[in-house]
Amino acid sequence: MQIELSEEQQLLRDTVRRFAAEVVAPRAREIDASGEFPLDFFHRAGELGLAGVYVPEEYGGAGMDEVAYCVAIEEISRVCASSGVILSVNNSLVCDPLLAYGNEEQKRELLAPLASGRKLGCFALTEAEAGSDAAALRTRARRDGDRYILDGGKVFITNGTHADLALVFATVDPERKHRGITAFVVPTDAPGFSRGHHEYKLGVQASGTTQLFFEGTPVPAAWRLGEEGDGFKIAMAALDGGRVGIAAQAVGIAQGALEAALAYAKERHQFGRPISEFQAIQFYLADMAMEIDAARLLAFKAAWAKSQRKRYSLEAAQAKLFASEMAQRVTNKALQIHGGYGYTRDYAVERFFRDARITEIYEGTSEIQKLVISDWILRGA
Amino acid sequence: MAVEFGLTEEQELLRAEIRRFAEERILPGTAGRDRRHEFPADLVAEMGELGLLGMLIAERHGGGGVEPLTYCLAVEEVSRACPSLGVTMSVTNSVCGWPIDRFASEELKRRVLPGMASGQVLGGFCVTEPGSGSDAASMRATARRDGDSWVLEGEKAWITNAGPGGVFVAFAKTDPAAGKRGISAFVVTADAPGFRVGAPEEKLGLRASRTANVYFDGCRIPAGNLLGEEGQGLKIALATLDHSRLGIAAQSVGIHRRALELATAYARERVQFGVPIAEHQAIRFKLATMATELEAARALTWYAASVSEQRRDAGRFAAEAKAYASEAANRACWEALQIHGGNGFSEEYEVARLYRDVRVTTIYEGTSEMQRLVIARHLLGT
Repeated sequence: MQIELSEEQQLLRDTVRRFAAEVVAPRAREIDASGEFPLDFFHRAGELGLAGVYVPEEYGGAGMDEVAYCVAIEEISRVCASSGVILSVNNSLVCDPLLAYGNEEQKRELLAPLASGRKLGCFALTEAEAGSDAAALRTRARRDGDRYILDGGKVFITNGTHADLALVFATVDPERKHRGITAFVVPTDAPGFSRGHHEYKLGVQASGTTQLFFEGTPVPAAWRLGEEGDGFKIAMAALDGGRVGIAAQAVGIAQGALEAALAYAKERHQFGRPISEFQAIQFYLADMAMEIDAARLLAFKAAWAKSQRKRYSLEAAQAKLFASEMAQRVTNKALQIHGGYGYTRDYAVERFFRDARITEIYEGTSEIQKLVISDWILRGA
Repeated sequence: MAVEFGLTEEQELLRAEIRRFAEERILPGTAGRDRRHEFPADLVAEMGELGLLGMLIAERHGGGGVEPLTYCLAVEEVSRACPSLGVTMSVTNSVCGWPIDRFASEELKRRVLPGMASGQVLGGFCVTEPGSGSDAASMRATARRDGDSWVLEGEKAWITNAGPGGVFVAFAKTDPAAGKRGISAFVVTADAPGFRVGAPEEKLGLRASRTANVYFDGCRIPAGNLLGEEGQGLKIALATLDHSRLGIAAQSVGIHRRALELATAYARERVQFGVPIAEHQAIRFKLATMATELEAARALTWYAASVSEQRRDAGRFAAEAKAYASEAANRACWEALQIHGGNGFSEEYEVARLYRDVRVTTIYEGTSEMQRLVIARHLLGT
């Protein structure tokens, strides 16, 4: 066992850190306030290989591994959580299933532009009445010759406001429950496709969250991913990988908050000395660092297991559960250390605090992770 | 360099061997030894024969010479079966064998290490005093040079392995005016004149490990028993504790793992409201949290061990591992007992002992509070 980034991974970290500082950080506060989707950031990240970090180069990706992917998502999220989730969704929830289940033509036609960042992807599973219970989705796909016709609607779709391609899950037969669910890649310029308004949220304001509508939307049968009925399996596998990305995002948010709190604690004077000299503050900082390190290790472990083609659902669920709840605690303490200033928008911790909250909800709530984990435990994993 | 979580084949084999030994030889008698407050000298001797008591001592002195991670795997397995034996083992390896192997003169090593390495001689660590716990520098024990000897005076408290132990790393002031720079480290053997052990302590848990005060009444040891240089004692103590925290973290992981096993088994078989309680979400979610925190604790422990293996400063990470793993293990034992309901409060069930045993992990070898100070100092660069 060894947990040291390889030279290539260190180089990636340094490159992404510089990119984050020069390109992402300066706009983080502004896009949080405006909700503007940073499409140019996505394209530039794509040029660095960040849109498909572990997609092989022949399909437009950076050809690195899942640990490198964690590193990249952490570094981006450390300055801007919205930008972090934009990349995480494109990598884990769109590129990954195309890589795993796509045929050669789909990989060349659909995956390559996504993995290189020329096109933006989104993952359309959740519906108004189908959240944790994804198998209850109602969007219909009817076969019509060499195409399918989609009807229905999706909610809370990250990247949805600007996505070029949507990975859409629809049922060919609601009677068949999850066995009827089928995955399609739908171009967002297809007839009968429309988007709702941009959701105004507590955090990750700039992640382009919106509703998607399909009204008689035709999709070529060639752009169906896997077979009819494979969709649920594809979605669950994608979410396993996505959980690694969200764990890394949570680690990044928390790391950003810790660094802000450390700097603040050293410069803020009360009772005649820097507040970093008080044990109460030191203990907060120690707890934060300890939990961040634990979460990062869990994320790395899940990513490593995935990269080795080992079973990693349990590891991903544990990483996601731990990291997201950690980020909530850490950003809360970081805000507390900042006192009243932390409650204002003048300091980044206020944004980190809001952004962390969603990591406990999307790509499987903490409660769903606990069901996944306890299933494994009770089965004797 | 790589990010790589797998164990080597050698580590897998060793772990399997110790797991089998723990399952067959240790676990069946754990409850009885706890009830009788019995230190199992025979079982400890068997552990010595397996090489579990001199793991960190160099091979040329007869020890295992293993890397910290391998050692952590062994402590986890033993502690899962019996936390008392876990601490007996951890103390002799981490805070006695390790500092002697690291800081003693060649002549001193040749005198004391082979006996320890073979498992025939248990070791201990005498730093704490009745008035000096976390504030180790305030110790009052003294040592003065007298010809070819050092003569120690003082009282040490909470000494694990005092009684069965034959070799102790002890700390005393050689220059009381010099404050923390006046502390020196010594190797004191139990047969030294003026060495005396008090009555065994009655403890909340770890009842099958021996803990007692140690008294130095004009205790005379050879001049060559000084560890390192005069005045380096506190540095040696802190370096030792940095390293030994891995052992307590691993002990905590072992206890935590056992708590999860017991709680899972109980939740599967206990039926309430017509179904096994494992089917109630409230119980499942507790198991999920325990399992997740176990992984986090183990990851921190292994990471600290791997950093230490590369001879880099593992101080911050060992402190994180010790604080996190011990607190997580306490939470896990608490929840495991809760899942057992009233049965858990009965000593008929193993979880009650575990709940008592785990409590000290946040206290000894540096309290959680001291670990947080260590972490904060690293973060703040102070």
